[in-house]
Amino acid sequence: MSETKEIHIPLGPSPEKWDLLSKGIDPFGDQMILQMGPQHPATHGVLRLELKTDGEVVTKITPYIGYLHRCFEKVAESVTYPQVIPYTERMDYLAGMNMALSYVLAVEKLREIEVNDRVETLRVLVCELNRIASHCVAIGTFALDIGAWTPLLYLFQVREHILDLLEELSGARMLFNYIRIGGLAHDIPTGWIDKVREFCTYMDPKIPELNGLLSYNKIYIERLAHVGVMSQDVALQYGITGPNLRATGFDYDMRRDAPYSGYEKYDFQPQIGAGEQGTPGDCWDRYIVRVREMEESLKIIRQACDRMPEGDVKETIPKSLRKMPEGEVYVTTEAPRGELGIYLVSDGTDKPYRVKARSGAYCSVAAVPAISLGGLIADLVAIVASIDIVLGEVDR
Amino acid sequence: MIALEPYLDLIISVVYVVGIVLFLSLFALFATWLERKVAGHIQDRLGPMETGGWHGWLQPIADAIKLLIKEDIIPAAADKKLFKLAPYLVFIGSLAGFAVLPFAANLIGSDLNIGVYYVIAVTSLVVIGILMAGWASNNKWSMYGAMRSAAQMISYEIPVALSLLIPVMMAGTMSMVEIVDNQAGGFWNWYVFRTMPFSLIAFVIYFWASLAEVNRAPFDLPEAESELVAGYFTEYSGIRWAMFFLAEYGDMFVVSAIAATVFLGGWYAPFPFLDIIPGPIWFIGKTAFLVFVQMWLRWTLPRLRVDQLMYVCWKIFLPFSFANLLLVGLWVVLKG
Repeated sequence: MSETKEIHIPLGPSPEKWDLLSKGIDPFGDQMILQMGPQHPATHGVLRLELKTDGEVVTKITPYIGYLHRCFEKVAESVTYPQVIPYTERMDYLAGMNMALSYVLAVEKLREIEVNDRVETLRVLVCELNRIASHCVAIGTFALDIGAWTPLLYLFQVREHILDLLEELSGARMLFNYIRIGGLAHDIPTGWIDKVREFCTYMDPKIPELNGLLSYNKIYIERLAHVGVMSQDVALQYGITGPNLRATGFDYDMRRDAPYSGYEKYDFQPQIGAGEQGTPGDCWDRYIVRVREMEESLKIIRQACDRMPEGDVKETIPKSLRKMPEGEVYVTTEAPRGELGIYLVSDGTDKPYRVKARSGAYCSVAAVPAISLGGLIADLVAIVASIDIVLGEVDR
Repeated sequence: MIALEPYLDLIISVVYVVGIVLFLSLFALFATWLERKVAGHIQDRLGPMETGGWHGWLQPIADAIKLLIKEDIIPAAADKKLFKLAPYLVFIGSLAGFAVLPFAANLIGSDLNIGVYYVIAVTSLVVIGILMAGWASNNKWSMYGAMRSAAQMISYEIPVALSLLIPVMMAGTMSMVEIVDNQAGGFWNWYVFRTMPFSLIAFVIYFWASLAEVNRAPFDLPEAESELVAGYFTEYSGIRWAMFFLAEYGDMFVVSAIAATVFLGGWYAPFPFLDIIPGPIWFIGKTAFLVFVQMWLRWTLPRLRVDQLMYVCWKIFLPFSFANLLLVGLWVVLKG
């Protein structure tokens, strides 16, 4: 027989604070500490924000991360080179292809493998498809946090098409393991390119529809314009990259400025924010940059479909990765949530000596306090949604 | 044989009250189903399709049973008495409004001579329940929800009342039945179309402000899921949570029914020859349409921010309703 034990839950202020209170001093002031997360609908995973609030006005923000820490970098040191690929895809699980590409390019640079044109084109194709899928979730959850439910469902339909395509290609819907060191897991199925073209036709009217329903909605603009303004200085200080940096008006896109995987062969325009509805770098700019980026990705996908060269996708896959050249490489790519840099050190064995991932979302989280102080709680929700973080990538 | 005569009034009242509670519960069940269907179809889905066979019509019953048998969790740090009491207070506030809704000329709980005033008064009771729930939960998010709700509902009470005064002035009475009777004989006699455009403006202001009154999108800040988790009912579960839900749908019905009564001709048909269809059907039909519009808006529009909500109330709705009131007053005086 176990005895029932009364659980004592301490209520109210601590004894020291009671002393202050009894002397007529309010130890709390007018401010309240509020824990937003790790379980909160608007933190996009398991982010914890410790807020100090004065009424609804946020006066202090401290982000706490690490709730989704999975030791990616340490695990990568104890598995062989190809075995790291699935772990990379679990960082930003919404854009697995882009994550894997960065790591694979790093290993290829170390090993000095030149892949053929077909592999490069297919990699660009799947990465851009995945970028659209990732932006769909970003924009959809953004709208959800502002209180509009319906765009999320519309965008998930688009994403569903992409996931179907990628599933047919790789067998998985989110964690593909399709991009391999020196090539791809296998060639595309028959007729797959036509399906991608069909998807492009399907996608075309969706963005004007989204703009009509959400982007230029008066309430939506009122909620987002002038909110969470990130100046170029702040963005550069915090190392912000990707759509968040472009939204400040800083014209910088890895795909154009430091092309990899043959991006220089495509005609597209990186989108920058211009403060159309408010100040450059506000939440609305961060939103619209992503919408327009989806259109640009669609352009790249069309071009990739048209120029799809012949070739063997497994041609350059190395027979063995037991002996790697010693040395270190750093490769960055433009992932949907900012630059993903992989720093790889090899000691000549079959396992990496060190893998360091530099993720865009991590920097974005760091910038949250700098851009949202003095706003309301509702603004903070909009800002956290607008910087578009995936905690898997932040914590790794 | 006991003489029933002296008790007849009492019996009729009891039957009516039971009838209203049943109606409210049935309507809330239907409305939850409708809400999910409307949401589904707006979002390119089907909504519930399985339970009960035909378009998931039994889904609300299944949900109700689930909620009834769920554990009723009361947080250890909550103020237990107030925590238990709050949902019923909210529910009573919404139920009391039904007393003066004229479903038909002689189908009304009580034709008070201050009917409109009474409705405005009892729907404010809900605020107390919500504040109580937010305070007693001892949860910061609940507290935020309750505070937002109090600020919002009290602010929006004013444009609601001012807009309702316009038909009252035109009818010269506050009795619901008399207001409806003044609108007999076709839709051109409805107060919404008389003294254009003032009464139309009043109707629009009333409808939007009433959305804020019942915490519906785009004014659903007190229960804004993405900001406040679930606002004042964050800590509630099981049947107590269901009471809040029931009250919300009851409130939606009440505010729509009042709009139908004072602006849209109550139980009268839009054309006199259609009056062969019974009044309650017209009344419930008009109300259900307005409820549908509320759902439609909810699944289309984003949510306002707190300061914007207050801006809309104090700087747009209020001046317009005042000007409106003055102009209609002038019109009434000049007309005689």
